[in-house]
Amino acid sequence: MLSSERSIRKEMASPDGLAEHVKAGRVRAISRTITLLEAGNPMGREILRQLGDSGGRSHAIGITGYPGAGKSTLIDRLITAYRQQDKTVGVLAVDMSSPFTGGAILGDRIRMQDHALDKGVYVHSLATRGQRGGVSAATRDAVLVLDTAGFDIVLVETVGVGQGEWDIAEVAKTVVVVVAPGLGDEIQAMKAGILEVAHIVVVNKADHDGAETTLQHLRDWHPCVLRTVAVKGEGIPELIAAIAHHQQADPLPRHVSSQTIRQSLH
Amino acid sequence: MTTITAPLRILIGKVGLDGHDRGIKLVARALRDAGMEIIYTGLHQTPEQIVSAAIQEDVDAIGLSVLSGSHNTLFLRVLELLKEQDADDIVVFGGGIIPNEDIPKLHAAGVRALFRPGTTMADIVDFVKAIQPRA
Repeated sequence: MLSSERSIRKEMASPDGLAEHVKAGRVRAISRTITLLEAGNPMGREILRQLGDSGGRSHAIGITGYPGAGKSTLIDRLITAYRQQDKTVGVLAVDMSSPFTGGAILGDRIRMQDHALDKGVYVHSLATRGQRGGVSAATRDAVLVLDTAGFDIVLVETVGVGQGEWDIAEVAKTVVVVVAPGLGDEIQAMKAGILEVAHIVVVNKADHDGAETTLQHLRDWHPCVLRTVAVKGEGIPELIAAIAHHQQADPLPRHVSSQTIRQSLH
Repeated sequence: MTTITAPLRILIGKVGLDGHDRGIKLVARALRDAGMEIIYTGLHQTPEQIVSAAIQEDVDAIGLSVLSGSHNTLFLRVLELLKEQDADDIVVFGGGIIPNEDIPKLHAAGVRALFRPGTTMADIVDFVKAIQPRA
């Protein structure tokens, strides 16, 4: 799908050229379009308008959860699994911008670099640029771009979140919340917030002490709790199956659940 | 062209069989503190991986650290791959233990700046700040 990159530089100066190359799945055009959207450049909106509704086939999956819970490593393993199914994968990895300087270290990609030469995998890092909901303002548009470019799967990794960042529910159709063992008792599992937007909860690092207790507490309060050890690849097939099951069980487009959230808050 | 106020995006990484990453991490952190978005690819990258990541990330520049002595091969390969992909508008700079006699050749090939032992962090930050965003 990712055809020749040669001599598209000139054509990337116009929205028409960029939109065409995005539809053809060309990496440079996809990346540049995301840059324009992030910058709030009017050309970005024009490209989106031209892309229209030519996408719609991707399954957008949000991977959110606590800092250091293993989101990036889990995504690395999910990429491998989806590639084995011959699915193409686009990844949007969000990390924090500094509230002081606006700078950022975008380091999620480091766990995914083994896929850097796979033409069926695309990874783009995004900084939050002042947004506090766990993703950046352009993330939703960037998902649309990857959808139009024809990726079967779009994985969105949020910043490491606490309890209160659930913007991912407005971006992804299936939301996976990743936690690690040993971070609190049953009351934590009962609390409102991030766990409520989770379609699937994953206890990663499940070979660590306290994993069984954490699993038990979460299972009392959530219908779909899985265990994984991402670095060893354990639990990945089960997670892939659960994500597919959610996709089939919930035919509603992704924005419906987020509208429900917004309506109930106002 | 509309003015864009987005931060510079810089890919920072190490190429080849060289595990010394303390310096490059400090540089990454200093550039972060100067308000840039740093895509850090980590250790043991091939030139192919670096160039693929740079294009996927739409970076303005690539900064490479090479302390292994293989700077000639690695820098030239990165420049060659960027040219092949019509992406040689991405600035390439680097640092490491690079002998005097190699510098003119690397500059001539297109490496914009080389920072050697004794360089201050301010020199590196000032250089990167002056890079013109591509988009």
